[in-house]
Amino acid sequence: MNAPVKNPCFSRRAILKGGALTVGFALTGSPANVIAQGAVAASRTLDPKEVDSFLAVNGDGTVTLFCGKVDLGQGLRIAIPQIAAEELGINVDKIKFVEGDTELTPDQGRTSGSNGIQRGGMQIRQAAATARKALVDLAAQRLSVKAEDLIATDGEVRSKAGGPGITFASLLGGRQFELKLDPKAPLKDPASYTIVGKALPRPDVPAKCFGTHIYIHDFAVPGMLHARVIRPAAVGAKLISVDESSIKHIPGAKVVRVNDLLAVVADDEWNVIRASRELHAQWSEWNGLPAQADLAAALRAEPGIVDETLVNKGSPAAQRPDGAKVLSATYYWPMQSHASIGPSCAIADVRADSATVWTASQGTHGNQTTFARFLGLPKDKVRLIYLEGSGCYGMNGHEDAAADAAILSRAAGRPVRVQWTREDELGWDPKGPPQLIAISGAVRSDGRILDWRTELWIPKTTRGLPNIPLLAPEAAGLDHVTGVNPGLISQNGDPSYAAESIQVIAHWLKDAPLRPAPIRSPGKPANCFAVESFVDELAAALGADPVEFRLRGLKDPRAIEVIKRTAALMNWQARPYQGASRNSGVARGRGISFVHYKHNETYVGMGMEVAVERASGRIAVERVACAHDCGQIINPDGVRAQVEGSILQTISRVLMEEVMFDRSRVVSVDWASYPILRFSAVPKIDIELIDRPTERPLGAGEAACTAVGAALANAVHDATGIRLRTVPFTPERVKTLLNSKA
Amino acid sequence: MAKYNLRINGNAQTVDSSDVDKPLLYVLRELKLTATKFGCGLGQCGACTVLIEGAAVRSCQTSVADAGGKSIVTLEGLGSPDNPHPLQTAFINEQVPQCGYCTSGMIMSAAALLSANKKPSEADVCSALDGNLCRCGSHVRVIRAVMAASGQRG
Repeated sequence: MNAPVKNPCFSRRAILKGGALTVGFALTGSPANVIAQGAVAASRTLDPKEVDSFLAVNGDGTVTLFCGKVDLGQGLRIAIPQIAAEELGINVDKIKFVEGDTELTPDQGRTSGSNGIQRGGMQIRQAAATARKALVDLAAQRLSVKAEDLIATDGEVRSKAGGPGITFASLLGGRQFELKLDPKAPLKDPASYTIVGKALPRPDVPAKCFGTHIYIHDFAVPGMLHARVIRPAAVGAKLISVDESSIKHIPGAKVVRVNDLLAVVADDEWNVIRASRELHAQWSEWNGLPAQADLAAALRAEPGIVDETLVNKGSPAAQRPDGAKVLSATYYWPMQSHASIGPSCAIADVRADSATVWTASQGTHGNQTTFARFLGLPKDKVRLIYLEGSGCYGMNGHEDAAADAAILSRAAGRPVRVQWTREDELGWDPKGPPQLIAISGAVRSDGRILDWRTELWIPKTTRGLPNIPLLAPEAAGLDHVTGVNPGLISQNGDPSYAAESIQVIAHWLKDAPLRPAPIRSPGKPANCFAVESFVDELAAALGADPVEFRLRGLKDPRAIEVIKRTAALMNWQARPYQGASRNSGVARGRGISFVHYKHNETYVGMGMEVAVERASGRIAVERVACAHDCGQIINPDGVRAQVEGSILQTISRVLMEEVMFDRSRVVSVDWASYPILRFSAVPKIDIELIDRPTERPLGAGEAACTAVGAALANAVHDATGIRLRTVPFTPERVKTLLNSKA
Repeated sequence: MAKYNLRINGNAQTVDSSDVDKPLLYVLRELKLTATKFGCGLGQCGACTVLIEGAAVRSCQTSVADAGGKSIVTLEGLGSPDNPHPLQTAFINEQVPQCGYCTSGMIMSAAALLSANKKPSEADVCSALDGNLCRCGSHVRVIRAVMAASGQRG
């Protein structure tokens, strides 16, 4: 297996040679190189309106891409080079890739919202198309021929009639493009694609399998101190006192305190861990969290709720026709953790006049402003460099760890590496907020939906917030942003199906019990769970087949196709839901759901077959079928991996996950109290990818997550007749419902 | 400062530690063997799995004192690009890792399985790896890769 793109994270060199930029990478593994080379700034533009911000033609025949979006394991390191190589006319193995470095890459926004390819990739496609046109024009001038008689291919511009070409490097003659991105630069006809659409291997995979991939956790800089932050005993507790003598027996261990930000540092990692365990600190009492048992109901009664009508289509009929079925139901999705396998980690070197922060953040550029503010430095003196961390599925603890490291580095006067513990990660990562969703609606006897009304109780995002508030600047009493950002959690509150009237009302809450943040497909796993469960409830009320019921309400051919293909994968035979067959100890059933992500992105059909063990209440997902249409597919294996991951991660969230807390703090702080999916619970998965090369490419990292909850709940309903409306579907919850039905 | 003699990836290594309880995980990482990852420090996730005398062991739960005199293999010692272990080849062919943070532990647990059971069933693989957590959802590929490495198509 070849690795066409070397990992650029680890050491980088940007040198201006006679005006031409050459960037070289070497996977040397030596931290000193990173410091030395990382410190060399390239005087090139980072303006995303300029071609030179995104790509450079190097003297050796390679092309370097400078990408503001980062690879979090979702495969941008190959997908973005595929897009650029295709559009430029060069082999993908000639592409070098630099990601998420505020000094080298243009700001393309956070790598979130499943927009790495559909936004970031399309900017780079347009930059590459502009560059190709410029290279062809240069060749036409030099050869005194018409540009339309030339073609860019294999890193050269050649006559379409054949013969030798002129290399990109010799055409540009050591210059930069000095061109604005041309939104009208012609794009290649997808029918001619030879690189886009291929399942090329991800370049970081071999190093991840040989143990040589350098994660943020493995990175080190000379003179670095190891640090552990001592979290308060309660969420809102203040530090009263610290007994520094309690760690004096541990070699090199010292306390660093900035107001309520308390940490221990040492040269040796194990010694700092020991110090963090043995340090005596006294914190104030605090018990301001709500009672967990009452949380769902309490959301409705929170003070300061502001109502907003998000969707208002048609108007409910004054009188419903005879035979109409009228239903209402309330659904609840709990707070959940990102639960990355590696606790957050970061390294910072903060000097009097500048700062360098190595972080696994999805948003190095956006954080520049945030970090500059709490460090009191000019923005252009703060550099954030992306290094891959453990899985990032939203705004998790990565940025908090980076802020910890930055503030502690300044206090200690040395570079500092902060590594969170498992307890820190599950206890203090920002959480997916709780979501309460009430739906009422009516359906005519022929299956036409009459009126539909969704009410959402969810926290409102503070407008213009660059980041969620970070723990360390808050604790240290530094100037920092305040507000709430759970992401775009109100989308997909309405169904995709035709209805006489549809209303979605948000009851905006001021905050969530624990600091909220976007977590994979923010809010939409819950909203779609509610909407697609309720659709099934309407179908069941009519005795209709769930697939037929859905198809009746849809006109969009792409929507219809994913549902039909999902049904075909499941060998779906039309029938109403079967209800409980009471005799067997294990009840089996099937369920389906459909989501058109954000109503304008990826289409997903999801089918599930489950077995419910009546005695224990345990649900086993036995088979999953998914048809997925994300438009033009850049790399089918990359899409497939994302869909597999979305399905398995969300099955875990739906069956198992809820952050547990008492009145003071999170108590589910290890894998026993916050369990996630294990191998023994992994179902058989069949995925069908629908490639539409002439459509715009859409995100594939999140959409499939949203269809999981309802497909699972609908399958359990089919198997047992019980309707699960509260996540997670724990055995206790299932057993209680089974018993109440018996 | 006590000295401990370990055999790591075939090389004799003398390690100094003032703390008999220092976990092997930190000994390895200080030796720049960073394939072995910290995940929980509780023996619950498997990210730090190494082979000790051929058995899959959580290095966060093994003290340097207990590792003394033993033969330890980490992912770096299992194989290299020039001489890959069949599991490494299979994990690459199947494009298993997403973030890949759990991958080292997965491969080490699977290596212990395959040395004890040359032709495991898929159920055997799931059982052997049930203590290795993955958050990205690479499980189906892990199973396929282990089956492929054992000469069976998953």
